[in-house]
Amino acid sequence: MFEYAPAPESVRPQIKEHYGLFIGGEFVDAEHVFKSINPSTEEVLFTVAEASEADVARAVAAARKAQETVWGPMSGTERGKYLFRIARLLQEKAREFAVAESMDNGKPIKETRDFDVPTAAQHFFYHAGWADKLAYAGLGADPKPLGVVGQVIPWNFPLLMLAWKIAPALACGNTVVLKPAETTPLTALMFAELCQEADLPPGVVNILTGAGTTGSALVDSAVDKVAFTGSTAVGRAIAKAVAGSKKKVTLELGGKAANIVFDDAPIDQAVEGIVNGIFFNQGHVCCAGSRLLVQESVAEEVLARLKERVSLLRVGDPLDKNTDVGAINSAEQLERITALTEAGRGEGAEVWQPACDLPENGFWFRPTVFTGVQQSMRIAQEEIFGPVLSVLTFRTPDEAIAKANNTPYGLSAGVWTEKGSKILWAAERLRAGVVWANTFNQFDAASPFGGLKESGYGREGGRQGLEAYLDV
Amino acid sequence: MSDRLRVKKTYKLYVGGKFPRSESGRSYPVASPDGTELANAALASRKDARDAVAAARNAQRPWAGQTAYLRGQILYRAAEMLEGRAGQFAEELADATGADPHEALGTVEQAIDRLVHYAGWTDKYTSVLGGANPVAGPYFNHTTPEPLGVVAVVAPQDDPLLGLIDAIAPAIATGNTVVVLASESKPLPALSLGEVLATSDLPGGVVNLLSGKTAEVAPHLASHADVNGLDLRGVADADLAASLEAAAAETLKVVRRPGKDGNALDLLRQWTEYKTVWHPAGMAAGAGGAY
Repeated sequence: MFEYAPAPESVRPQIKEHYGLFIGGEFVDAEHVFKSINPSTEEVLFTVAEASEADVARAVAAARKAQETVWGPMSGTERGKYLFRIARLLQEKAREFAVAESMDNGKPIKETRDFDVPTAAQHFFYHAGWADKLAYAGLGADPKPLGVVGQVIPWNFPLLMLAWKIAPALACGNTVVLKPAETTPLTALMFAELCQEADLPPGVVNILTGAGTTGSALVDSAVDKVAFTGSTAVGRAIAKAVAGSKKKVTLELGGKAANIVFDDAPIDQAVEGIVNGIFFNQGHVCCAGSRLLVQESVAEEVLARLKERVSLLRVGDPLDKNTDVGAINSAEQLERITALTEAGRGEGAEVWQPACDLPENGFWFRPTVFTGVQQSMRIAQEEIFGPVLSVLTFRTPDEAIAKANNTPYGLSAGVWTEKGSKILWAAERLRAGVVWANTFNQFDAASPFGGLKESGYGREGGRQGLEAYLDV
Repeated sequence: MSDRLRVKKTYKLYVGGKFPRSESGRSYPVASPDGTELANAALASRKDARDAVAAARNAQRPWAGQTAYLRGQILYRAAEMLEGRAGQFAEELADATGADPHEALGTVEQAIDRLVHYAGWTDKYTSVLGGANPVAGPYFNHTTPEPLGVVAVVAPQDDPLLGLIDAIAPAIATGNTVVVLASESKPLPALSLGEVLATSDLPGGVVNLLSGKTAEVAPHLASHADVNGLDLRGVADADLAASLEAAAAETLKVVRRPGKDGNALDLLRQWTEYKTVWHPAGMAAGAGGAY
């Protein structure tokens, strides 16, 4: 293995010492504040306001006013131009956003720079174009906005999830109140500043920082729709909270994706795909390929090559351009990953980790591969949301499908084989909203993403994603 | 007048392609709006609901696996069978609702035409709703609507035939299977529809029809872990609808709240989920990703 010299990213974004709530186009303060830390150093980055129920009501009122008086009546062409402008500004400030995201979230700069921020900009650019073409979306001749949308997003892709939520909502003529995750509010607040710079009319986008109580206050507020990405437990609570109301809801929840490697797979590419599937973003991915199902006849070869490849992953400073695996997002998440990994050991699975040094401060977890995993084990059933792969084997294609579908989740799945008909056969049988064949973890604004079963309902992206934000 | 004794029909459930009585052995009297006693209908129990869900689950994969062309022909066949019995259904509908017999016949004809309409959708909605997605990379990317799975339906209370077809036809046209709780006070047209479906080459279990008390049976369907969708169109009581929706949230079922229907395409979309498949194209074939 080559020795790498450190290659730290030199750009530093302007991070304020304190951020307020973004309501009606202005930053306003709140009674309580909390700290946001850099998970790779545990240093405090800034403090941020915690929105109360009253703040939520104020933000929803601002969004309502903006929807009824400005954004709703505005022509689609003009709405689209604002979104194009936002996309362009995001591209201009891409490096600053990427570094800020890596600092606040812990993910490697390689990913924020090459994936999170450019894909977020693409989402705005893509949906900008829909704003004056909604009648052609195949949903009805005269689709109408829903009104005010309350959106709650997770910490794993803070800016990208914001883009997935805000871009289609705005394109369809809705206004939004968005709550970023407690541990990763930075890029949402920078986005609020960007909205000011874009001269977006006040109240069209409102950003409320806070924790779970702020989120549930937003769900219970006078919004017309709730869009949520996060855990299945919270998704279930939201579905219950809106029961009997007129609020629409879309939920993008957990997953426990199977990544199936057949004996006729291109092994080198499959190994790359397995690594990308589970170690991308430290495994903090709802659609992560966390269950590797490998055909018995090639299991030994695949595992040997996999371990060799994982040994080469560079774990460490998120701002180093060579880093493959960054910091775990929070102490709480590290604890959860550790507990589930212990459960895996306790239930008799065999654990393997590469030898690699971890930084002293911050939250870190070595890439981990469990072999000898049985379907009943917690590491095969529960979403770990960390860099932990559970390896199971199968003998026949039917067995692979049965094992892949043996989960209450249904978000994504992977299939590796050189045989086209086998891909289509498997893709048809896999109960998942997204199937990656001979690839994994691909995302695009034009491609609908979302799950089945307890992974939630509704799609984000593509023509189909517009359904979530229109009354047709 | 002939002194021949008329042979009266026993109205039974339709579950898994068979016509069982309720396993509970219970029945309840059904009368027309003017109080004329019409028949006794089986009073379905929790066990009947569970049997119906099991039948619907067993039938779902094979039904979705049939060609769209065949599903269309079977729905069309159901329209043919209903046309042949239009007179009987008009009579039953008039008895059930108190409608004028001529008007009732018109409703039956509408129901037949509605079946024909959805028969023609089976091999078209996939092209209309899905398609190729122009992603920014060397990938083939394709989205298709797939059936949600098993849908439980509380049928409209006051529109016992046409409203029932509006609930069932789009759901099964898209490859779902259904468990229907018929109108509580007007279940007879629904139970007779079972006879039409049973003679239309519709595989047993694709449509399952129960008669009984909404407040008793619906909660079991709403909380059943093997049900994927819940149609509350026939739940008039807002509190009951809210509690059924909350029960359905436990396993994150897709819920259709009481209220008006949209257009046909909306109804077809209601019980489908999009699946998107990616594959590398061109020289990048097989590339795993960023690493």
